[in-house]
Amino acid sequence: MQPIRIEEVQTALNRFANQDVYLHLETTNGAYASHHNEGFFSAGAYIRNGLIRFSHGKIVGKGPYRVGLKLDFGWVYAEGLTDWEVTDKGQLLLAGHDYEGKLAVALQLSYEPF
Amino acid sequence: MERHILVVFPHPDDESFGVSGTLAMYAKKGTPITYACLTLGEMGRNMGTPPFANRETLPLIRKKELEDACKVIGIKDLRLLGFRDKTIEFEDEELLVDRISAIITETNPSLIITFYPGYSVHPDHDACGAAVIRAVERLPKEKRPTVHCVAFSKNCEQEIGNPDVIRDVSDVIDKKIAAIKAHRSQTEGLMKAASKRGGDALAWLKTERFWTYKWKKVL
Repeated sequence: MQPIRIEEVQTALNRFANQDVYLHLETTNGAYASHHNEGFFSAGAYIRNGLIRFSHGKIVGKGPYRVGLKLDFGWVYAEGLTDWEVTDKGQLLLAGHDYEGKLAVALQLSYEPF
Repeated sequence: MERHILVVFPHPDDESFGVSGTLAMYAKKGTPITYACLTLGEMGRNMGTPPFANRETLPLIRKKELEDACKVIGIKDLRLLGFRDKTIEFEDEELLVDRISAIITETNPSLIITFYPGYSVHPDHDACGAAVIRAVERLPKEKRPTVHCVAFSKNCEQEIGNPDVIRDVSDVIDKKIAAIKAHRSQTEGLMKAASKRGGDALAWLKTERFWTYKWKKVL
């Protein structure tokens, strides 16, 4: 993956608008967060291959970045995004890596199920 | 002397950290080992140091790393069960137990190695251990193989006592470190940090600890 370039990611997001697309969204502190630090409240969420349709998607921020996708009846968003990649299948992968390089958040879009 | 060892863990690299010394020692003596690995660690947060994987490429990278680690350890029979990382506790438990049960029937192990349910920190570890125990419990007591469990939760010794099998694996420590290093995407950062700390930062790897699972009395 490469550090996010906001204009290029915006162009890539636009390609997924107004059609059924598959969403992978996750946030995580890691399964060991509360083991290594007992005072740490671990939380996370995950959806793989959620079928969505958004009319409008936008990337904002100065890095790490935030992305919001406006659905007909709701929203998807993620924050803390640092890196991006378009795969050879045309999937858009966005990820946020923490200061140790560990994945903390991912937002991915695909025309076909992941 | 064991007839056959069956190892059941949920993630590639679980075998290398906790038990690869023990397995390398048995492999050296010619004991056949089957490793049933439930997932490909698809949800790992480590992407390499510096990152060379992403969420979609990680599974295939970890599969190759696991195969390499098995070669180093001397595991010749690797079974990939195809479950998804971080979903084991949500799986249909009967399905999970059936899959493990079939492998037990087929390989007829004298020793099974897995996680101690309830004392292994990661929900996948606990669910994996619980499914293995349930699969073995399907056998009549006199036909059950010995089960050695790995545990490392903070409260484990208070609740289940001290481990009854403590094995010094210094003789095969090079193999163990090579196995851990084979899981490069997950362990490179850790190993670099350890070598920076110097001294014997990896001394804890020289001892492997197991709790022999005690079967509950049937009422």
